[in-house]
Amino acid sequence: MTPATLSGISQHPDRAMSLSTQQMTKSFGALCALDHVSLNVAAGSFHALLGENGAGKSTLVKCIMGFYAADAGAIILDGQRVAMDSPRQAQMRGIGMVYQHFTLVPCLTAAENLVIARPDAPGIIHWRTELRRLEAFMDRMPFRVSLNRHVADLSAGERQKLEILKLLYLDQRVLILDEPTSVMTPSEADEVLTLLGGMAQRGEITVLMISHKFREVKAFCDSFTVLRHGRVTGTGSARSATIDEMSHMMVGETRLRARAPRKSRPVAQPAPLPRLTLDAICADDQTGRRVVDNVTLDIYPGEIVGLAGVSGNGQSALVEILSGQRPLAGGRLLIGGKPFSPCRTDLDRYKVFGLPEEPMRNAVVPRMSVAENMAFRSFDKPPIMSRTGFISPSRMRAIAEQLIARYNVQTASADAAIETLSGGNVQRAILARELSGQVEVLIVANPCFGLDFASVAEIRAQIMDQRNRGAAVLLVSEDLDEVLDLSDRVGVMSAGKLAAVIPTSDTSRAQIGKQMGGAELKPDIRHPGDSHARVS
Amino acid sequence: MLNTRVIESVTIPLAALLVSGLVFSVFLLILGKSPATFASLVWTGGFSSWFSIQNALQRAAPLILTGLAFAIPARIGLTLLGAEGAVVIGGFSAAVVAIPLVTAGMPAAFVWLVMASAAMVVGAVWVGLAGWLKHHRGVNETISSLLLTYIAIAIVSFLIEGPFRDPGSANKPSTMPLGTDYRIGGMFDSSVHWGLAAGLVLAVALWVLMARTPFGFAARMTGGNLRAAQGQGLPVGRLLVACCAIAGACAGIVGFFEIAAIHGQANASLAAGYGFTGILVAFLARHNPLAVVPVAILFGALDAAGGLIQRRMEMPDATMLVLQGIIFVVLLISDTFHGRLPFGTSQRTGART
Repeated sequence: MTPATLSGISQHPDRAMSLSTQQMTKSFGALCALDHVSLNVAAGSFHALLGENGAGKSTLVKCIMGFYAADAGAIILDGQRVAMDSPRQAQMRGIGMVYQHFTLVPCLTAAENLVIARPDAPGIIHWRTELRRLEAFMDRMPFRVSLNRHVADLSAGERQKLEILKLLYLDQRVLILDEPTSVMTPSEADEVLTLLGGMAQRGEITVLMISHKFREVKAFCDSFTVLRHGRVTGTGSARSATIDEMSHMMVGETRLRARAPRKSRPVAQPAPLPRLTLDAICADDQTGRRVVDNVTLDIYPGEIVGLAGVSGNGQSALVEILSGQRPLAGGRLLIGGKPFSPCRTDLDRYKVFGLPEEPMRNAVVPRMSVAENMAFRSFDKPPIMSRTGFISPSRMRAIAEQLIARYNVQTASADAAIETLSGGNVQRAILARELSGQVEVLIVANPCFGLDFASVAEIRAQIMDQRNRGAAVLLVSEDLDEVLDLSDRVGVMSAGKLAAVIPTSDTSRAQIGKQMGGAELKPDIRHPGDSHARVS
Repeated sequence: MLNTRVIESVTIPLAALLVSGLVFSVFLLILGKSPATFASLVWTGGFSSWFSIQNALQRAAPLILTGLAFAIPARIGLTLLGAEGAVVIGGFSAAVVAIPLVTAGMPAAFVWLVMASAAMVVGAVWVGLAGWLKHHRGVNETISSLLLTYIAIAIVSFLIEGPFRDPGSANKPSTMPLGTDYRIGGMFDSSVHWGLAAGLVLAVALWVLMARTPFGFAARMTGGNLRAAQGQGLPVGRLLVACCAIAGACAGIVGFFEIAAIHGQANASLAAGYGFTGILVAFLARHNPLAVVPVAILFGALDAAGGLIQRRMEMPDATMLVLQGIIFVVLLISDTFHGRLPFGTSQRTGART
């Protein structure tokens, strides 16, 4: 690649550079996020940065990018000690980053996004010349994104590709990618990583990738570094290290709670009635676009039905319908054959509970206390509400304190605002609220997003426990492993439609991956004896 | 329980008042007036004698109610500026329903009951409309309630100058006067009318409603996080409309007392700005129904001292509006300091893994 367009402003050589940090330390108040972290990324290598949530990965790359000033330590770029005071400086030195949140402007085209990202973008842009140059640039690139389409119309995977192309267009020679494949289909992810790996191998770029996925690290990376609690706990060659070794470095000596055993369902004679039925339900977004399209699904007592899919294919909208956050545009909801609407009386009558995604947005009121948040299901019933119709704060607190102890929620007191709790403890408080009584129907969406290993195991065990006790569970997750691990039957949502729901044992990662990308399911895959599976 | 949040909610508004006082002092100094004289006149006019205290309380009564009319919807996350309109249209309704009853010679207590009910219902419907538009049509409630205020004032002035005009009111178009038998007098031989009692009772009742009943709990949930409230199956739309209706009823009562205790007939004096000053009162009280009471009394005292200041310091009557404006701006700025004071930053708990 011969970057001609931007050579005038870059202060770095036209080849891959090495990047390392020496003894980086960064504290936030009492929390030591980075503790003497030394990272070595050789020029032209594809390096993985592994670690649990909160291990310090993001803090480390933000220090490298100049977002944070490290308390101590040095950044060595291509053998020279450099100071990074701002992301702009990092960009000038040739370090670019793709963030977890998109930084593209949705109402502009791909070409416009690329041009405005340039630090030397002229005041008056001569579009014909720019487009010609962009076309030439795209021809040199290993993957393409249509230049004239608006970013809003691109799929999440395409946007992520465009983000990476933006860095290459800006002639960045060290690419830092923060979980780049979380919004891509498995095949898209493989394509992009293969191509980036090829560029690294040819010595054009150096890649530092934050990842959670051991599979990707094993398949595409050369070397890796593991962080835990702000310290480096291991480093080595991604080719020779085993997944067990890497995961041990990530979680340390913490014993993971054993997975809740899956009890086999007693063969009911005759076949039980479905507990929760979605009957041809539809929903639209604000602009009137159909986001849930004629989805039909039966969920039986004592089973978990998992819905996989790339985010933005209608799963969130489906959960919103079931949570009363989005009106039904068509179809019906039934519980035990009776009509159900997600209002309070029906939720109580049918014992419907939920663990929604993004708890801070969907499940708690951040400024209310832990005790109040734990009383959301019970504030209008005895014992919290007295016979005269008044709420007793003391009884509310007493009940909350029992739940806090039982579910091991770490909080200063029951009166502390729930926003002061860490993510895992917020989720535990919600588990306590939703799962401490009898549960008939459970709606779960991305329950473990952003949580550490120990919390993840605990929450999955709780969900499995509810299934074993006979609840009908709908699990919507972007984490395919989670879906395959927990579900009895799986379905894939793509473009608002639900493909056939089939027993987990009859499918495979590859098969589901294909469907996530929108491929049709081959008819012979459907299990002949499975009466539950329906094609929408 | 005295936690950091309670301390904050007391100290920050007090500090805001203090800063406003300093800024206003600078304003006075620029005009060549003495801030010390101003302060002493506020004391003389608002608090120093039984006469001035009565004067302050009388002006505080409507402010308590309009303060509540802003504070209750604020707890469910709505910024309603519609109290003024509900005062006017509620007061007008009270004056109009009274006409046939007074003509028929009904007992005064019965007439007052009907008048108060009419004022509350009309006020509740008027402001409830803003809540309904918000929930069902997505109309911004701040804009709609403000515009509804102007519509209410226009409708009322049209009706007073047209069909309901008393032929006897030559200079200032008004409805038929109630007559002395139907006027509500002062409480316990004072000049403070019963609106103050109504305000105090409602402040306590609404505090209980918001803090101790499932309705208030659900409203606070909705105000704190609409999506979470929906997720718990709460009837969000009904809660929104109910809170707006409560606000409208509070403001409607102000209109009733303005008619029955002050003016004796409906005219342009109904739009005295109580609805807008109530916003300031509610903000300073941090939307706590009980805290509305002392804040309203403070503003009543400032208002009561206004005339004195005008005369003794030779300043225009807009001076008090300048002070109110300064307090409001400083208050809005002070709002951004919540949770950021050095003693207020509670340590995050639990393992940050």
